[in-house]
Amino acid sequence: MDFDALISGLDRHTLDGITRGSIYALVALGYTMVYGVMKLINFAHSEVFMVGTWTVLGVYTVIGATAGMGLGTVIAATLLALLAAMLASAGTALAVERIAYRPLRKKGAPPLIFLITGIGCSMVLVETFGQVLRAIFGPPFGRVTVNIPSVLETRTVFTIPGLDLAVSNTRILIIVGAVVMMVALDTFVNKSRLGRGVRAVAQDPDTASLMGVNQERVIMLVFVLGGAMAGVAALLYTVQYDITKFDIGFIIGLKAFTAAVLGGIGNLRGALVGGLFLGIVEVYASAVWDSSWTNVYAFVVLVVILMFRPTGLLGESLGKARA
Amino acid sequence: MSQIAAAYRGLRIRDRWDSAPKPLHWLATLLVVAFAFYLPYLNILPFAYIRTDLTSSGSDWASVLFLVVVYMIVAVGLNVVIGLAGLLDLGYVGFYALGAYSIALFGSTESPVVQAMQSKFGLSEEWAVPFAACIPIAICMSLVAGVFLGAPTLRLRGDYLAIVTLGFGEIIRITARNLDDVTGGAKGIINVPTPPGPEIDGRAFFNTIDAERWYWLALSILILIIWLARRLENSRVGRAWLAIREDEDAAAVMGVAGFKFKLWAFAIGATLGGLAGLLFGSKQQYVEPNAFMVQLSFLFVAMVVIGGSGNIYGALLGAFLLTYLPERFREFVDWRPFAFGVALVLVMILRPQGLVPSRRRAREFEDRRHEAEEAAADV
Repeated sequence: MDFDALISGLDRHTLDGITRGSIYALVALGYTMVYGVMKLINFAHSEVFMVGTWTVLGVYTVIGATAGMGLGTVIAATLLALLAAMLASAGTALAVERIAYRPLRKKGAPPLIFLITGIGCSMVLVETFGQVLRAIFGPPFGRVTVNIPSVLETRTVFTIPGLDLAVSNTRILIIVGAVVMMVALDTFVNKSRLGRGVRAVAQDPDTASLMGVNQERVIMLVFVLGGAMAGVAALLYTVQYDITKFDIGFIIGLKAFTAAVLGGIGNLRGALVGGLFLGIVEVYASAVWDSSWTNVYAFVVLVVILMFRPTGLLGESLGKARA
Repeated sequence: MSQIAAAYRGLRIRDRWDSAPKPLHWLATLLVVAFAFYLPYLNILPFAYIRTDLTSSGSDWASVLFLVVVYMIVAVGLNVVIGLAGLLDLGYVGFYALGAYSIALFGSTESPVVQAMQSKFGLSEEWAVPFAACIPIAICMSLVAGVFLGAPTLRLRGDYLAIVTLGFGEIIRITARNLDDVTGGAKGIINVPTPPGPEIDGRAFFNTIDAERWYWLALSILILIIWLARRLENSRVGRAWLAIREDEDAAAVMGVAGFKFKLWAFAIGATLGGLAGLLFGSKQQYVEPNAFMVQLSFLFVAMVVIGGSGNIYGALLGAFLLTYLPERFREFVDWRPFAFGVALVLVMILRPQGLVPSRRRAREFEDRRHEAEEAAADV
């Protein structure tokens, strides 16, 4: 145990934790919205994120973006990659819904079956990027870690005086980007007409359909929104870590789902709280003990929180949100 | 009416079987068991084509049979948890790993735990806990782990339970990987003990080459477990599980102590998982953390669900298919996970109740389907 390491680097660790937590939170939105509306864990959501990271790589490769371009080009390339990742991830999420969930919903299958088809879809997606695309296109696909060009070079923007904490442009982008997306989504769900439909279906699907809410359309909307958020998360992840891999989604998805449960699954603001909380706890615990145990800390925190607050920190509330 | 008739068509063979006289049951069971014991030597064309060692890169037939049976034990255990009690356990591999590691930790002379005991009590360097004593240790460890995991988490609802158990499986694996001083870390532990037996041709009775002996051992254990599990299913405990699975609140109102029985299911499932892991570790004579990835948990769940959750024979069939088919078609080894994923989705969409559903489950499912159709017609 090394509390000194934690205390001496508290500011740095906090910043690390918030960065990591923002990405968890964005991915967690996909889980939490689908859970809120359909009461099921979309197990393929982690792979929706994975597709997003590969799309970013694809866009950068196609337009030939590398480090050291002019500011205007960097912004254009990043925005293009962002848009492409959002579209690809949303499309993947929608496809998963179509293939794996819709036929089962028509048959009224028990929840366990949705989980299995979700796992099946997740495996197919993983293997597509690990094996199938390699057979067709060759490398960079395959079971190795692939580098993504760091188009946005990390630069220290300002130093917080007194703390001696250097804040880089990438971190600002990640944290601000994540928070802006989350606020936008929260506003959309709470204020817009479509968002009201989402809340109505989450609260009571039968009554909502009597009131003229098209349930199928709401479900599609939820998958598209969740997928798009995973796409944003994918871009931010590549900005911070510069890599992707065929199974990159697994651990991120696991953490994001943990974050969603921590905050209270089905609760949009809970995803933010849970994500940031998990990110910070992980970084702190890794500083105090050993970073090879990071995943263990995450799950232990989850179990402890659930023991005392069985519905997460903020409780379930997508359906109960006041209009 | 025709709809209902169509729905029950799949069950007609089973009805006919149920109404057959008892001696016929016994005879058929005996024949199946005899055939199962004979399987490693199967050499009659065209049946011999089911062997996995026909191609040049094929794997040893008896070893595959052994693995199938070990996974069948897993499936029977997980069927108690998922199929009967309706608890979604995604961390079952954790118990499996605990079983394998407990025999390695206490039975192997290479294990740091045994070496620590040797120096503490001044024992010789060949000393280790004997195989027979490792079995109760493994059972105790997985049982305790089951209760330890279940006690705080079983009050959670289904999906919460899924993620917590998933986390548990990961915790076990990471612990095994990182605790170098106890588990040997990523290197694992060699010299895992095997059951005792006479030497034949200068080799131990249970060795790495003659896998059919391992298969017979595992098969005998499996048959015993199937018998016990069927007794359990039809007991008061089994009925309580079904009640909880169908409607926990209603069951609680009727006086079924939900938590207690769920914990029972968890503990029994954990024990069987540990036992299967023990057999696996002992046969390999080598245990390492990478053998217990979370993906294996998904495979276990898929076995139970594809076969037909809630029906012990469905779980057995699922375990057989998902273990045997990939081994038989080894030449497509790279495409295995892909095909597995596609198969999971297809089978579940075409037959959500599983290949051999439990009769009660099939009826419930039919009800739900009608409800869904009616709801769709109303809108």
